[in-house]
Amino acid sequence: MTVGMRYSTPAIVLHWLVALLIFVAFPLGVYMHELPLSPGKLKLYSYHKWIGITLLMLVALRVTWRLTHTPPSLPSDMAVWQRRASQAVHGLLYVLMIAIPLSGWLMSSAKGFQTVWFGVLPLPDLVEKNRELGDLLAGVHQALNFTLLALVIMHVGATLQHHFIERRPFLQRMGWNKQECT
Amino acid sequence: MKRIWTNPALFTLLAALVVPAAHAVEYHTILPKQSSIGFEFRQMGVPVQGGFKRFAVQMAFDPARPEAASAKIEIDLASIDAGSSEADDESAGKLWFNRSAYPKAQFVSSQIRPLGNNRYEMRGTLTLKGRSRELAVPVTFVPGKAAATFDGTFVLKRLDFGIGEGMWADVATVANEVKVKFRIAATGN
Repeated sequence: MTVGMRYSTPAIVLHWLVALLIFVAFPLGVYMHELPLSPGKLKLYSYHKWIGITLLMLVALRVTWRLTHTPPSLPSDMAVWQRRASQAVHGLLYVLMIAIPLSGWLMSSAKGFQTVWFGVLPLPDLVEKNRELGDLLAGVHQALNFTLLALVIMHVGATLQHHFIERRPFLQRMGWNKQECT
Repeated sequence: MKRIWTNPALFTLLAALVVPAAHAVEYHTILPKQSSIGFEFRQMGVPVQGGFKRFAVQMAFDPARPEAASAKIEIDLASIDAGSSEADDESAGKLWFNRSAYPKAQFVSSQIRPLGNNRYEMRGTLTLKGRSRELAVPVTFVPGKAAATFDGTFVLKRLDFGIGEGMWADVATVANEVKVKFRIAATGN
């Protein structure tokens, strides 16, 4: 690989930070919503919401960075359908990373529970309390999340395929080590 | 006629007969649709609103004789809105209201004291889950043509009444303070 095949360091830091938080928030969401009501459940809901809002902010930062910086180009011999698929999956991942926390925030408002980030920063309720809307948004939040899961599997699968099967140094594009890319 | 009205003694007598009838309405009939009992508590630092849809009020209030006023409020705890259907169900349990044993909350006034400017202090006893506590509730009286309203807000501590025992006694998750806000609309008819 030549210079320019690695994402910029801020993009890499944001990518892994967001990935880590998604890998905490997703299983937490799946686990907590089946629990019987208890103080522990209320705590987990709050933590999940705080992580979600943190993600929304980090993703806003990521999108800004992405729009103002050119990502490293894909290998020139890569098939056109793969370039298109890559573009589509990345685009959808960004859309979902914005839409999922947003749908959670709206759901919380519709269910009558304001989101207060880390118990300190109250977010405005963008919709009124409405039981039907709350249930609808819960369904939307869930569907978007399982779409995200499918896309993340594709995203990780494609990377591993390029890296290990095609034997291209793909993981280095998002890696910590600058030397490996030069 | 003129002579009657200029006679001070007679005027005083007439005024004494007429004025109380015109101004001293005793409010005792409740307008349920215009009355409400709500509450607010903090859960993980987040304010949650709720209320009770069914309650019975027996009252007598004559602004001319506030010391003779009385109020008795009985709340049907099954009519709770605790913020979500999950919380409504949970609130019926033994750790919260233990509703099968204590289906109602009751407040009985003992003393009503005028504070001026249509404000009053109502003292009384609140009984909840078999426990009674004295309360002093500030009430604002707003006279109206169709109905008068009595508004009040006070803060109670849920743990004084054993509301939320066991694991729910943790006030870091559900705060001990519950703000109660009520409006009772009543007529003198």
